[in-house]
Amino acid sequence: MDKKPGLLTVLDAVTIITLLVATWMVFFFAPVEAVMGLVQKVFYFHVASAWVGMLGFLVAAVAGGIYLAKGDRKWDILGLASVEIGLAFTFIATVTGSIWARPIWNTWWTWDPRLTTTTIMLLIYAAYLMLRSGLEDPDRRARFGAVYAIIGFLSVPLTFFSARLFRTIHPVVIGTNQPGAEGSFDMTGDMRLVFFFSLFTFTIIFVDLLWHRVRLGRLQDKVEQLKLRFNA
Amino acid sequence: MLHLLQEGPAQTVNYFIAGYVVIFGVMALYLASLIIRQRNLMQDLDTLQEMEEGKS
Repeated sequence: MDKKPGLLTVLDAVTIITLLVATWMVFFFAPVEAVMGLVQKVFYFHVASAWVGMLGFLVAAVAGGIYLAKGDRKWDILGLASVEIGLAFTFIATVTGSIWARPIWNTWWTWDPRLTTTTIMLLIYAAYLMLRSGLEDPDRRARFGAVYAIIGFLSVPLTFFSARLFRTIHPVVIGTNQPGAEGSFDMTGDMRLVFFFSLFTFTIIFVDLLWHRVRLGRLQDKVEQLKLRFNA
Repeated sequence: MLHLLQEGPAQTVNYFIAGYVVIFGVMALYLASLIIRQRNLMQDLDTLQEMEEGKS
C-alpha cells in the first residue's frame, strides 16, 4: 500500500475533532425538545447519516458516468467505495429512525412512503455489492457497477422527495410538512446550529472514509492483478 | 393533542442511548472492517510477491 499522505493524517485528526465537537453539541448544547424529550436528539445524526448515504450514491453515479466515458478503473474504485459508505450510513439512518419512531409513532416500523422508498434504496445498493462480487472479470464488473450505480441512483431523488410528494407521517426538516406528519417540531436557533454542524461533520467523515476506502480499493486491485498474472 | 396534557418532555432517554449506540457502533464496525481488510490484503500481497520472486 502507498505511504499514507500527510493530508490524510490531517483529515483524520480534523474528522475526530469535529465528530467529538458535534457529539458534545448534541449531548450538552442542543436543548431538549419539549414534547419528545431526549430521543429527538437522535435526529441530528439520523439526518446527517441519511445525507451521507445519499451523497455516497450520488458520487457513485457520477463516478459510474465518468468510468463509462473514460474507462479508467480508478473511477470504478471510487464508485464502489462510495456505495459501500453510503450503504453503511443509510443503514444507520434507517435503524436510528426506527428507534426514534418507537416512542413517537408508537411503532418500530410502518410502511410509510419515506420508509418504504428508503428500504428499496437500501436493497438496491446492497444488491449492487452482492451482484458485483459475483463477476470475475474486473472490466466487466466495473462496467456493470457503473451502469448499475447510474440506474440505481433513480431511487435517491425518489426517497428524498417521498416525504414531500406523498402523503406521509415522516416529518421533513427543509420544506413544509405533510398534514399527517407525526413528530415534527420547530427548530430553535441552537437546534439549527447543531443540525448544520452535524451535517458538516458527517460530510467530513464521508470524505475521510472515502479516501481510506479508495486506498483500500487500490490495494485490492493490485492484489487482484497479481493473482490474475500469477494464475495466467 | 395529547402533548398539550403532557407535563414535561417524554422520558425517552433509553431510545436516545440506543440511537447513539447504533450510530457509533456501526461506524466503529465499518472502521474495523476497513482495518481488517487492509491487514488481510497486505498479507496476500506479501505472499504473492514472495511467490513471484520464487518463480523468477
